[in-house]
Amino acid sequence: MQAWRDKRKEIDAVALADQDMRAAIAVTRFGLGAKPGEIALARPDPQGFLRNQIRRSGADQPAGPSSTSAQRMAEFREYQRERREVRAEKASDVRPPAAGGALDGASPAMADAARPKADVRDPVKVVGDMLRQDISSDFTARAQLGASTDAGFRERWALFWANHFTVSATKAITGTIVGPFEEEAIRPNVFGRFEDLLGAAESHPAMLTYLDQIQSIGPDSQFAQMSRGGGPRGVGARLQPAVQRNVGLNENLAREILELHTVGVNGGYSQADVTEFARAMTGLSIGGERDAAYGVAIFRGQAHEPGERTVMGVRYDQRGKEQTNAILLDLAAKPQTARFICGKIARHFVADDPPPALVARLEAAWTSSKGDLSQVAETLIAAPEAWNPRPEKFKTPYEFIVSSFRAAGGQPGNFQQFGPILTALGQKPFSAASPKGWAEDAQSWAAPDAIVKRMQFAQAFSAGAVRDRDPKVLAADALGERLTPDTAMAIARAESRAEGFALLLMSPEFQRR
Amino acid sequence: MNAVMNPSRRGLLATAAGFGLSLQLLAVPATAADSALNKKKIIVVICRGGMDGLSVAPPIGDSEYRGLRGALALNDTALPLDGTFALHPQLTAVHAMAKAGEARIVPAVATPDRARSHFEAQDVLETGAPGVYSTTSGWLNRTVETLSAHRRIDALSIGPTAPLILRGRAPTASWSPGRSVDAEARLPTLLQDLYRNDPLLGPALARGLATETMAKEATAGLDSGQPAMMAGKGGGPDAQRGGAQQGREAAATLGKSLAGFMREPGGPTVAAISLDGFDSHANQAGLLTQRLAYLDAVLDGVHTGLGPEWKNTVVVVATEFGRTARANGTGGTDHGTGSTALVLGGALKPGGIVGDWPTLKQQALFENRDVTPTLDMRGLFKGVLAEHMGVDRAALDTTIFPSSATVRPAPGLV
Repeated sequence: MQAWRDKRKEIDAVALADQDMRAAIAVTRFGLGAKPGEIALARPDPQGFLRNQIRRSGADQPAGPSSTSAQRMAEFREYQRERREVRAEKASDVRPPAAGGALDGASPAMADAARPKADVRDPVKVVGDMLRQDISSDFTARAQLGASTDAGFRERWALFWANHFTVSATKAITGTIVGPFEEEAIRPNVFGRFEDLLGAAESHPAMLTYLDQIQSIGPDSQFAQMSRGGGPRGVGARLQPAVQRNVGLNENLAREILELHTVGVNGGYSQADVTEFARAMTGLSIGGERDAAYGVAIFRGQAHEPGERTVMGVRYDQRGKEQTNAILLDLAAKPQTARFICGKIARHFVADDPPPALVARLEAAWTSSKGDLSQVAETLIAAPEAWNPRPEKFKTPYEFIVSSFRAAGGQPGNFQQFGPILTALGQKPFSAASPKGWAEDAQSWAAPDAIVKRMQFAQAFSAGAVRDRDPKVLAADALGERLTPDTAMAIARAESRAEGFALLLMSPEFQRR
Repeated sequence: MNAVMNPSRRGLLATAAGFGLSLQLLAVPATAADSALNKKKIIVVICRGGMDGLSVAPPIGDSEYRGLRGALALNDTALPLDGTFALHPQLTAVHAMAKAGEARIVPAVATPDRARSHFEAQDVLETGAPGVYSTTSGWLNRTVETLSAHRRIDALSIGPTAPLILRGRAPTASWSPGRSVDAEARLPTLLQDLYRNDPLLGPALARGLATETMAKEATAGLDSGQPAMMAGKGGGPDAQRGGAQQGREAAATLGKSLAGFMREPGGPTVAAISLDGFDSHANQAGLLTQRLAYLDAVLDGVHTGLGPEWKNTVVVVATEFGRTARANGTGGTDHGTGSTALVLGGALKPGGIVGDWPTLKQQALFENRDVTPTLDMRGLFKGVLAEHMGVDRAALDTTIFPSSATVRPAPGLV
C-alpha cells in the first residue's frame, strides 16, 4: 500500500512538472513570450488559457490614432504633388518666370520668396517626414501591443496571417498603408472563415497596389480598345491617364494569390491559369484623381476583360467583379489550400519540419469546418504534437525583440528602441523583401552575424531594462519550467544584474520557443 | 559539422582572437600544386526578384527588341558592347570592365526550373538541384565542402541573413555592417560557454566573433557604420530620391568591405551576396535604374577593393529567372524564363557572349513569351568552378549539382 502511495506521488509529481512545462509552453511558444507573472496565470489550465484568447471579432487593434488606408493614400498623393511642384520650381529657376512654371497662381519667384531660404520648411520634407512618421508610429503601436498584450496567442495568430498576406513597404506608396492594411483587412478576420479573410486581403487597396493589380487592364476591355483605336471621345477623355501609356495585363497579383495565398506552388495550376485569373481580375483597382473616392478599392468595368474565364479547370461565366469573387471562393475551398496553409501554421507554431500528424490534424479541422479559422486554432491548441517540451522554433528578430520587452515587463517607448536593430537583424519593419513574407526557419535567422548582433542588442537592452531587479527572478518569470540548469547557473554567477539579464535573453532556451 | 569544432571556450576564443575564420574548418595543408589554386576567389551575386536580362544587356541590334519593349527599349542610351548587345546605362563600371576584357555577358541562361515562381526558382538556383525540394543545402556550400578535402577554404556571406546558396554542412561565416564587437569581452565569453552544446548557436556565435575580429582589419578606413545593405532598397519615401548618390556610395562601400575580407590573410575565398528588389512588374525603367546602379556600385567596389587580388577572382551575377520579352500593360514585365548573367573578374578569359543568342523572333521565344534559354545556369557555374576553382568533374556532376552529368561546364571562361 505504501509502495502504491509512493508510486502515486511520483505520478502526481510528473503530472505537476508537466503542467508547469505546459504553462511555460503556452505562454512562450503559442504566445509572444512571458511577462512577469504570466506563466502563473496560465498554470491552472494552459490550454484553456489559450482557447480563451480566440475571439470571433478578431485580433486586437494597436492603440493610438490611426488613419484609414484611404487617408494615407491621399497623404501620399499630397507628397507626390509637392515633390513635383518643387521640381518644377527648381527646373524653372534658371528660366524667366513663364506660364507653366507658376504654381497655385503664384510665380516661382513668389513661391521662393514665401519660403525660407534655408528650406527648413521644404514641403516635400514636411510631408515625407509625416509619412515616415506614420510608418514608424504604426509599427511602434503594433510592437507595443505585442509587448503588452495579455493575449499573446491571439496576437501571434494575427501576425501569422499578416505575414501570410504580406504587403511590404519596399514600395514607397505601400509603406504608409501596411499598418492600415493589417488593421482593416487582417485583424478583424483572423478567427473567421478563411474565404472572408482572403477576400478582404486581396481586395484591399494595399494589396492591389503592392502587387500591381491597380493598373492591370484587360487587353480587350473598353479601356484597351479606346487606347488602340482612339474610341469614343466622351468616355475616353475621362480615362486619359490610363490610355496614355501602354495598357494591358499585369499577372503579379494573380500569380501570388495562387502560389502564396491559396493552393501553393505545387497546387496544380499552370501559366495559363495565372493568365486567365489575371484577366478575370482586371478592373479591380482603386479610386484615382477623377473618381469619387480616392484611394478606395473600386471596380472599373471598362478595364475588365469581357468573357468567360477558365481557371484550374473550372469555367467562370460571371460578369464583372463577381468573376473574381467566384474564383477566390473556389480557391479558398480547395484541399490544396487547406494542406498548404495548415503546413505553414504547423511550421510557424511548432517546428521548421513539423510532425505530419499535426499537419493532418489541422487539415482535417480546416476541411470539416470549411475553413473556420477559430476551429483550426482550437485544433492547434489541442494537438499533442504542439506541446513537445523541446523548443524547435528559433525566434525571428521581431519575436526576439518583443519577447525581450515582455521579459522585462515593459514595452518600447519609441521606434528607435527597436526599429534599427530589426533592420540590422534582417527584419526591417514592415519591409519583407518579397510577397512571400518573412522566413520561418532557423537557418534564415541564425547566421553568425545575426547572433553577434542579437548579443549586442541584449547587452544594450539589459543595461537599461534590468534596473534593480534580480535577473534570477526575471529568468524564472520569463521561462518557468523551460529554464535549464546551465542557464540558471550562468545567470546566478553573472557579475552584474545587467549581465545576468543579457545572459537570459541570449540563452539557448530564450532564443527559441 | 561539430566534429571539426573545438568545443572548449579557450579554443573558440583562440579562433576569434588570432586565427581568423579558418580554425574551425578542416585545415588540410596545401600542397605545392595547390598553392596557385589557394588564391583563387569566387564571388556569387544573387539578384532576387527576377532581374530583367533584356535591360541588363539589351540586345539593341536584335531587330525585334525595340518593338517588343516599346517605351522600355534602351536603344538610345545603352552602352554598346558588340553588334548586338549593349549594357544598361547604369552599368558603367561593368562596361569599363567589359572593355578591358574583364566582364562578359551570358544573355540566355536559366535554371532547370520553369515554374516562373520566384521562390521555387531561387531555391533551384541556390541549391543547384535539378528541381525544387530535392536538397536543402546550397551548391556553393557543397563546393566548399568538396574543396575542403584538398585545401583550406573559407566562405563568407554578406548580409544579416544567410542565403540558401551558402547553407549546409560546411561551416561558413556571415557579416553585415554594424558596430564592432570585442570578442574577448565577458558576455561573448560566457555565451560561448553557455552554447557549448548548442549545435546551432555555438558555431554561429564563434564564427560571428571571428568575422568581427577580421572585420576590424578588412573594413579599416571604410565608413561602414551604417547598414549599407538597406540603403539601396526602396523603403519609404526617403529611399526614393536624393538617396541615389548615397545608395551608390553605400553599395560601393559594401563591395569594398567584401573585398577587404577576401584580401585578409586567411580570409574567405568564396563569398555570396544577395541583392533584392528586381521584380519589375510596373515602372521598370525607374526601378531598374536604381537597382542596376546599386549592383554596378557593388561590383565597382569589389573590383577596386580587391586590387591585386582581382586577377585571382571571378564574380558571377545571376538571377532566378528572366522576364517576359514583351512589356506588359503597366510599364513593366512579368515573370519569364531566360535571363542574363554576368561573369566578371581579372581571372576571366576575354571573349564574346557566353552561350548562344536565340534572338527575339517570335518563333524563337519560349512559349511565345520569354527569352529561350540556350545555357543551363548550372553549366555556367560548373565552368567557373572547374576552370577557376579546380573542382573536378565528378564532384560537379554528382555532389555539387546533383544528377547533372548531362549538363556540360561552359568552356573557355578562364
